[in-house]
Amino acid sequence: MGTPRTMAEKVWADHIVTHGEGKPDLLYIDLHLIHEVTSPQAFDGLRDAGRPVRRPDLTVATEDHNIPTVDVDKPIADPISRIQVETLRRNCEEFGVKLYPLGDVEQGIVHVVGPQMGLTQPGMTIVCGDSHTSTHGAFGALAFGIGTSEVEHVLATQTLPLKPFKTMAITVEGELPAGVSAKDIILAVIAKIGTGGGQGYVLEYRGSAIRNLSMEGRMTICNMSIEAGARAGLVAPDETTFAYLKDKPHSPQGADWDAAVEYWKSLPTDSDAKFDAEVIIDATTLSPFVTWGTNPGQGLPLSASIPNPGDAANEVERVAIEQALSYMDLTPGTPLKEIAVDTVFLGSCTNGRIEDLRAAAAVLEGRSVAPNVRLLVVPGSTRVRLQAESEGLDQVFLAAGAEWRGAGCSMCLAMNPDKLAPGERSASTSNRNFEGRQGPGGRTHLVSPEVAAATAVAGTLSSPADLEVAS
Amino acid sequence: MEAFTVHTGSAAPLRRSNVDTDQIIPAEYLKRVTRHGFEDALFASWRKDPEFILNRPEYQGVSILVAGPDFGTGSSREHAVWALQDFGFKAVLSSRYADIFRGNSGKGGLLTAQLDHEVIESIWEIIESDPNAQVTIDLTAKTVSVGELVAEFEVDDYVRWRLLEGLDDIGITMQQETDITEFEKTRPTYKPTV
Repeated sequence: MGTPRTMAEKVWADHIVTHGEGKPDLLYIDLHLIHEVTSPQAFDGLRDAGRPVRRPDLTVATEDHNIPTVDVDKPIADPISRIQVETLRRNCEEFGVKLYPLGDVEQGIVHVVGPQMGLTQPGMTIVCGDSHTSTHGAFGALAFGIGTSEVEHVLATQTLPLKPFKTMAITVEGELPAGVSAKDIILAVIAKIGTGGGQGYVLEYRGSAIRNLSMEGRMTICNMSIEAGARAGLVAPDETTFAYLKDKPHSPQGADWDAAVEYWKSLPTDSDAKFDAEVIIDATTLSPFVTWGTNPGQGLPLSASIPNPGDAANEVERVAIEQALSYMDLTPGTPLKEIAVDTVFLGSCTNGRIEDLRAAAAVLEGRSVAPNVRLLVVPGSTRVRLQAESEGLDQVFLAAGAEWRGAGCSMCLAMNPDKLAPGERSASTSNRNFEGRQGPGGRTHLVSPEVAAATAVAGTLSSPADLEVAS
Repeated sequence: MEAFTVHTGSAAPLRRSNVDTDQIIPAEYLKRVTRHGFEDALFASWRKDPEFILNRPEYQGVSILVAGPDFGTGSSREHAVWALQDFGFKAVLSSRYADIFRGNSGKGGLLTAQLDHEVIESIWEIIESDPNAQVTIDLTAKTVSVGELVAEFEVDDYVRWRLLEGLDDIGITMQQETDITEFEKTRPTYKPTV
């Protein structure tokens, strides 16, 4: 028997091309996901150096960040966005990279598309020029975001020079109370360890509360690892993972399936392996969580009130709270449930999957969006949109007064026309409440799909349970 | 990539923590397909405030940014590094950086020197009382000096070597192409292709 190892260490070891003494390991990359925003300069670099894409068969592109979610059959109205999307199309054509463009049934947010096609599998290394690549860690893949120089490096060599990460176990034990979702778990984790707490680490989410989550719930959690400062998050593959992957378009078949499952079963962390750090969370104490500030670590249970800067642990923290409250136009002591919103955004690579839409639709069924509130529902992929329509969810959203849109990143980062107006406030199922993230001057509260739907109905930050009490 | 050995210049104090890459360059500016010309995009939202540090007359021409902890969090956009460089920054000083931002900086030749927050506070005081104070960053010695203050900073040894030599990663990796080809022969058949 060798030294007991964590899952991250096993996946790492299986991808070392050359081991560096005093320099990074050269790591092989199994899958490279591409989108329009972080790739043009990388393709330019290849062209300048006369280099091909080494493995087009391990590279896949889609259009998500920049594209409109209405009139998707028409040319993109914004000329600068259109040039960027057309540049991706030209680059994919020239370099032989498979692209799922706007209008294709496989188009969608890159982190929704990979898993639903079965391209994301346990034990793989997956990269993308997008920090939410951590999403794919839900399958036990080592998946992380990279910058454009690294995109070019992977296109040219299918490898990356990397120094090993440290490992941190995030153990969430116990049964989640009713009405508490994966989103609430991860917001609570980030509030506990802070936006820098995971810096330098791969997080491994463990414990019964994680085991009991669906693949989509696990993706929601791994997705926001980066918001705790960690480049990657992992969940051990298990029967839930295998059931999800069985018969996906790119999943292995026949004897290859059996060989794959045997390998996947070898991946979970050895029972006596040591993590460099561990955080323990009692799932039974969790409740719906929302953010009140301008970074994802500034979150509290929905039942709490806006904090007082005077109660901060130190000066850096005090200044951060003051700056956040000033931007968010909030007063210490205000109950979170009294905060009124203008817009509710349901979507993104965090919460734009079919289970998220089902959860929100269940709350909205037979109810109406409050007057003066706009509810924007943006499926994570075209397949998710079609699935929702086949279940009649689009009719529930439309009957409640919501807007039903095409697939893309949309108001998560406001690169397309879906934006908050200056001073507008949103409840959003996305992943970042940074200043101006959803539009210049916009104010964002991060929430779960269930809280988003209840907030749309009530007009103030609310959980589904609050609606029951009110009626 | 241009080599970095010693740099001397004036510095701007950015008294904020958690400066995310959406603040460094808002998403609106990421639609461009070029590698340069992002100087107008740097801190675009904050720069609308005439009192913002980089708008003040005494901090014109700065080449070093001195920031609070957790600099560069959030999005992986390398445009954040390009915008800082296009504006004229050669180095950032902070007590903690987000991993992806720091990696991107190393690729592009922007030095991210890590110092204790107490040292950052001391540098803030010096450059606030004398905006013309010259800060020297010596990558060979791994020191920052300004006035009487001399402090050693942390930087990854490999990144430091690459910055000192001005080497780009792809060229280094290409020398190992035989190893990559050998590794590819071991790839299991159950792994997916597109």
